[in-house]
Amino acid sequence: MIVKDIINILEGEVICEGDLEQEIKTACGSDMMSDVLAFVKDQSVLLTGLVNPQVVRTAEMMDMACIVFVRGKDPDQSIISLAESRGITLMKTRYRMFTACGLLYSNGLSGGTKV
Amino acid sequence: MSALHLHYDVSSEDFTRAGEASGQVKKTLKSLGYNSDAIRRVAIAMYEAEINMVIHADGGFCDVDIYPDRVEILLSDKGPGIPDVEKAMQEGYSTAPDNVRSLGFGAGMGLPNIKKYTDEMRIETTIGVGTNLYLTVKV
Repeated sequence: MIVKDIINILEGEVICEGDLEQEIKTACGSDMMSDVLAFVKDQSVLLTGLVNPQVVRTAEMMDMACIVFVRGKDPDQSIISLAESRGITLMKTRYRMFTACGLLYSNGLSGGTKV
Repeated sequence: MSALHLHYDVSSEDFTRAGEASGQVKKTLKSLGYNSDAIRRVAIAMYEAEINMVIHADGGFCDVDIYPDRVEILLSDKGPGIPDVEKAMQEGYSTAPDNVRSLGFGAGMGLPNIKKYTDEMRIETTIGVGTNLYLTVKV
């Protein structure tokens, strides 16, 4: 799967465009950034309902390519600028967290672990 | 001898800037050609520590020494100190105020995460004086 596929599956609206061809191996859905930081497994997309610059910082530390804001949440300009400078794709989807994760999972994207 | 020494001041005034120093270190290590797994471990450990400084200690400073085989980081603050280090090391134990949780932190994973990603971790803390956190990551 690549970033473009995520946009299609989640009917996402791109807010800031990074490399849309980048391969996405696994995903992570969380509003707690420390939980995201607890498991490093090439998780290249982060789904979250949290909207603040630390979401982008977290993705940056984890080498993530893409952040999806669920429930149609809009990031402010400081978040967008940070993502632009880091080459991270930002998008929003109208789907809620559970549904967004489920859609990606049922299309073959996993969390990267058995548990 | 240190191949490269970096110094950063961490301000607590602007939470949105927390992680700036870690991001800079990550960039530097990348440009020096260290392997990406090691870089990620350094970045995550330092980022969690930076967040801790901002949440608990009104900021402080970081000193980073980059050697060919390891990265050594000192994070120093003049905050309140950690009353019970053993407890603070437990996953899920947090003394962070509620407003921090709304920012995505304060889950009690900071120090446990730092320990997990570093090869050595040492805490010197004195109540009312501050905390020095020494980290070493083999790269």
